[in-house]
Amino acid sequence: MDSMIQIMLIFISAAVVNNFVLAYFLGICPFLGVSKKTDTALNMGFATTFVMVLTAAISWLINNLILLKYNLPFLQNVTYIITIASLVQLVELFVRKSSPSLYRSLGIFLPLIVTNCAILGLALFSALREYTFVQSLFFGLGAGVGFTLALVIMAGIREELEFADVPESLKGAPITLLVAGMLALAFMGFAGLISA
Amino acid sequence: MIDQAFIVSVLTMGGLGLAFAACLAIASVKFRVEEDPIVEAVLEALPGTNCGACGFAGCHSLAVKMACKEVAVNACPVAGQEGADMIAKALGVEAVEALRDVAVVLCRGGDAESVKSASYRGDMTCASAVITGGEKDCSYSCLGYGDCVKVCCFDSMGMNANGMPEVFFDKCVGCGACVRACPRDIIEMHPEDKTLFVYCRNKDKGAAAKKVCKVSCIGCMLCKKDCEVPGGIKIENFLAVIDYELCPQDDVAIKRCPTKCILNGENVKMTSASFAAQNTLNK
Repeated sequence: MDSMIQIMLIFISAAVVNNFVLAYFLGICPFLGVSKKTDTALNMGFATTFVMVLTAAISWLINNLILLKYNLPFLQNVTYIITIASLVQLVELFVRKSSPSLYRSLGIFLPLIVTNCAILGLALFSALREYTFVQSLFFGLGAGVGFTLALVIMAGIREELEFADVPESLKGAPITLLVAGMLALAFMGFAGLISA
Repeated sequence: MIDQAFIVSVLTMGGLGLAFAACLAIASVKFRVEEDPIVEAVLEALPGTNCGACGFAGCHSLAVKMACKEVAVNACPVAGQEGADMIAKALGVEAVEALRDVAVVLCRGGDAESVKSASYRGDMTCASAVITGGEKDCSYSCLGYGDCVKVCCFDSMGMNANGMPEVFFDKCVGCGACVRACPRDIIEMHPEDKTLFVYCRNKDKGAAAKKVCKVSCIGCMLCKKDCEVPGGIKIENFLAVIDYELCPQDDVAIKRCPTKCILNGENVKMTSASFAAQNTLNK
């Protein structure tokens, strides 16, 4: 029972309280790049979540079965990066086959998931915190859900912003960054809800 | 004796790399997407530089649109007539005459014509100079540091002795890079058969415009009155604006212009050869 509560806490912590985008400021590039339309943002969020869960699983396996066993923790960064790169390639091939329209709307941001630091951050965090396999799976899922949440909220606000009377000098990037900052401030309200 | 950690590291990385490569190889066969042979044929005819002048994300996305006949075969301004013919052949449709877009610099206030009352010492680019306003008094004019010439990757622009950029009518491919580079939005793209232009962007009142430059549009309305089609030329913010849907491309409207800022056929004259000839003359 305790472990169940532990897993739930890890999930909620990664998704809301310590949101990767809004609390750790990881993965800002797609957060600003793909948050113009809600449905694209949602799909990007799903693709990233998928990569995150797979990364969490595979990086845990590599870390615990190979790296720690043979005393090679210094290879963590490199192995995680090739894991992520291969996974994203896989997702790209899959999306291209299964949904050409989604492939087009995500455009360059799909292969750019490789360089999304939130994913490398996820793998490194879960190694650092010595999660069990199931825990790191839920950590990955939580991080993905949190990323999707941030993206969709941002996209919703930006869609409304299209109709807002924004001062001339703040149009475009400045107002987007201001909104992102306010969103991060709002998410700080969750701070202290769960420790760690 | 090689360190054991070294061997283990190499083996681990190599093994992981191989494992991932194998997974990807299997996936790439399994999720293989057959490319439309027509799209490939069209792509062959396109320049493949992904310059974006057609308005699409790159050559591939234009090729897809062309293959399903949503856009005309001459939509690529860089491929030109030759490319359009090849694409038409690949698609099995009638060839269309390609009309390219050509860049026009809509300012003639060079060193000789414009009034300068400031000196600029800084990064010699228009993008930097525009922050302080540059040397010239006119706040709509060409800054003269040649950002447009620098970005032109087809060698179809040059700075003349008067400190103004010139577009070579024969060499411009219409990619629009110079339009994007100009911080003052002086350069515009127009179809090559358009020859009548107002070479000024000054929106100040006549007296103010005249004070800062000899060849500014002062909004005197003479071209508007002389234009053969009513409404062909309008005056907006003390600046003549040509309506290309209506206005005839001839010499009637430009005859009485006091500052000679509306001209016909000026853009067609400058070719790379004439520019080179002029430059050697000045040297």
